[in-house]
Amino acid sequence: MASLLTGILQVALTTWSSVLWPTYVHMLVLGWLTQLIFGVAFWMFPKRSSEGSRGSQRLGWASYWLLNAGLLLRIFGEPARAIGAPTGWLLVVAALLQLAGGWAFVINTWPRVRER
Amino acid sequence: MQGLSVWCVRAALLYLGLGFTLGAIMLAAPALRLPLTVLRLRPVHAEILLVGWVVQLAFGVAYWILPRLRGPLARGNERLAWVALLLLNLGVLAAGLGQAFAAPSWVPVAGRAAESAAALAFARHAWSRARVSSATRRD
Repeated sequence: MASLLTGILQVALTTWSSVLWPTYVHMLVLGWLTQLIFGVAFWMFPKRSSEGSRGSQRLGWASYWLLNAGLLLRIFGEPARAIGAPTGWLLVVAALLQLAGGWAFVINTWPRVRER
Repeated sequence: MQGLSVWCVRAALLYLGLGFTLGAIMLAAPALRLPLTVLRLRPVHAEILLVGWVVQLAFGVAYWILPRLRGPLARGNERLAWVALLLLNLGVLAAGLGQAFAAPSWVPVAGRAAESAAALAFARHAWSRARVSSATRRD
């Protein structure tokens, strides 16, 4: 919902259009689509063992929190940078959080993707 | 999971990690004073994440989870699904790298054409499997 509302603002406020475009795209593609995939994959991919393990719960939660923390920082940081606010290091932290969240998911999911 | 699904999903996971890495580099580039030429990676970042990650994951999961057919070819025309996997990956590389590194214009065009052909091949493969199950049919 938040991404779609941002999408309305992105087309309605023409002077802000290019500023809000990356925020809108990343809220939709990362916050909605990728995160939905993460959740569904964690739920339905083949379990790791006969005891029904879904891999590391800690790593699963880490990917969730890192991804969302990074996304939240960039939602504020990217438009702020575009209007000249000094948010460079905020965006470096956002980049590192999202990067860590993505790779945490890859590492946690990889062993569950195997032939039976 | 079957072999083709494993290949698709693992390739998709690698594209996810790679796409996130390129995105992080571009996001951090101004503060780290990286050359702004890294922003040329945007098309390859988008291609990798939208097609290499999302579409390829959908191929892998669909091949694994769609209803199976009766008979020896339970998962339909397997060769067609492998062709789709191959074309999709060639397409992502050609379209992404071709745009990022200013290759001759036919390279990204060929990449997008390969992606489209992959989609057609996969749709043809999945068509017969995407049907109403007799157990749940109500009409």
